Amino acid sequence: MSAPLLSIEDVTVELPTPRGNLRAVDHVDLSLAPGRTLGIVGESGCGKTMLSRAVLQLLPKKAKLSGRVMFGGQDLARLAPESLRRLRARELAVVFQDPMTSLNPVLTIGTQLMETIQEHLELDAPAARKRSIELLAAVGIPAPEHRLAQYPHQCSGGMRQRIAIAIALSCEPKLLIADEPTTALDVTIQAQILDLLAREQRRRHMAMIIITHDLGVVAGRADEVAVMYAGRVVERAPTQALFKRMHMPYTEALLAAIPKLETAPHTPLPAISGRPPDPTRPLRGCSFAPRCRYAAARCREAKPELKAAETSGHLYACFHPIQMAEGIGA
Amino acid sequence: MLILVVRRLLGMLPVLLAVSLLTFLIASLLPGDLAFVILGDQATPENVAALRHDMGLDQPLWWRYLSWLGHVMQGDLGRSFRTGQTVLQAVGERFPVSLQLMLMAEFIGLLIGVPIAIACAARAGGAFDRFMTGSAFAMLSMPSFLVAILLIYLFAVELRWLPATGYVPFTEEPLANLRFFVLPALTLALAEWPGIMRVLRSDMIATLQEDYIALAKAKGLKPSRILFVHALKPSSLTLVTVTGINIGRLLGGTLIVESIFALPGIGRLLVGAIYTRDLIILQGVVLLVACGFVIVNFIVDMLYAVLDPRIRHGHA
Repeated sequence: MSAPLLSIEDVTVELPTPRGNLRAVDHVDLSLAPGRTLGIVGESGCGKTMLSRAVLQLLPKKAKLSGRVMFGGQDLARLAPESLRRLRARELAVVFQDPMTSLNPVLTIGTQLMETIQEHLELDAPAARKRSIELLAAVGIPAPEHRLAQYPHQCSGGMRQRIAIAIALSCEPKLLIADEPTTALDVTIQAQILDLLAREQRRRHMAMIIITHDLGVVAGRADEVAVMYAGRVVERAPTQALFKRMHMPYTEALLAAIPKLETAPHTPLPAISGRPPDPTRPLRGCSFAPRCRYAAARCREAKPELKAAETSGHLYACFHPIQMAEGIGA
Repeated sequence: MLILVVRRLLGMLPVLLAVSLLTFLIASLLPGDLAFVILGDQATPENVAALRHDMGLDQPLWWRYLSWLGHVMQGDLGRSFRTGQTVLQAVGERFPVSLQLMLMAEFIGLLIGVPIAIACAARAGGAFDRFMTGSAFAMLSMPSFLVAILLIYLFAVELRWLPATGYVPFTEEPLANLRFFVLPALTLALAEWPGIMRVLRSDMIATLQEDYIALAKAKGLKPSRILFVHALKPSSLTLVTVTGINIGRLLGGTLIVESIFALPGIGRLLVGAIYTRDLIILQGVVLLVACGFVIVNFIVDMLYAVLDPRIRHGHA
């Protein structure tokens, strides 16, 4: 593996709340090589979005970030605002979850694309316009010249997400962070958008982080998967190794919660019972222990650290790893 | 868009009718018979009866309303029985003064309020924001006659920079005209900016939480572009409403400020008409001012569509 493009080193994010400090991200280490894909998976509130905002330097003003976010040899958290601004779009781009709210309702699609291009690439207006049309065509929007003068509300949700992707790709970033890019879309559109992202990623050799709550989304698309729970990475492995044998009961439970076509109708989904722990009151032991069916006394007493599994590159944080993937399979 | 304009215009008709009815009723139901007012206390009952017949005052109320409305439709709002001036002449003479005062006051008010609102919203909760929010509250609670007197004392009496009272038409001496208007316009503007600042500030703070602002930051746009292009336009709908209401209100002149600074505007015309029981002028002026208000609100509605494409395309 070549030198990492992004390396997240011991990153912790704390948010002050009236009930005390909320630790949204808890000592996370991750890295990503150029051109590769990292999937970050976890249920709502597990800190995956906060982690992505920490990388993007878009945390709420009151949030406290510690640790380092090394990107291309620089620590993004300590970069001067102006240097950071110049790096955005050209090196680091994002696609947000909800295309209904991530495009400005009062500006035309053309404006929102061209302003990005003209801010970062030295192109005059006609050249930026030409590039915008090419980008819209590349993300599969029919009659792109016509779309430039339209406003977001004149486009469907899937169309808007394609536009958001076109904006993200406009300055050829080295890293694209897709934060639940398909969660707000119709199921029929989801696969199209994911395929589009994968295709453009290959064409442009960019690295990508896909954030999702759906292990199925990362299964065929990510090189490596990190599973997050209660702000921590609890299992991390190359995708194939993870699906061949998952060690962490939480990962298994996440996979079991995905509806499958072959199950009989009216079968209740094996949902994960209970709720994630209150992040303002950290547990002494493993944060998944209260919901884990394998939990033993030790799990409630001490926090398991990430440790290496037999297969290379596979890390997990569990005292009682699952012995075999019990007929779940990917 | 055309459908929207036509629909709003049709919607104005019943409002205008209601306004005309109310105006007429107010003038008609005021105590005191107009004939007595005109003839004075030496009038004989015969003279009064004759005048009442001439003026149509012996007709039933609904008939008088319809005939007055008919005249109004033809552009005849009546004539003052004191000066012989028609309502349109009287208003035509005074309106430019009130219009100029309104324009200058709104301009200064926006000039103070908008930049402060943006600066406060950009660093909401900061020292500047807290200071300005407090100052706005203090200014809101100061009555305009007090502000006027303080300004006169400071700029006219102590510093002697500006005249305290008086008026010359802009067409005769433009510079002197502007100097006469500075203090009254500033008095009104000092009462306007806190409202402007508060609504724009809170709308801006809400807009700055939106996903599209986060995306604009992620796109690496300059902070000034994010504030002025991405955040200001979607935040300005309430600002436009408030400004529209202010303009409508000031179009009718301002009794207190026009009186203090001796500006011959609509406000002074109204006060005069009330003192002299010049009911024809009174009801004509009130009707015209109310129409002005309705028209300004129509323009505000149209501005919404300009600002927000979703309204333009009938999505909201």
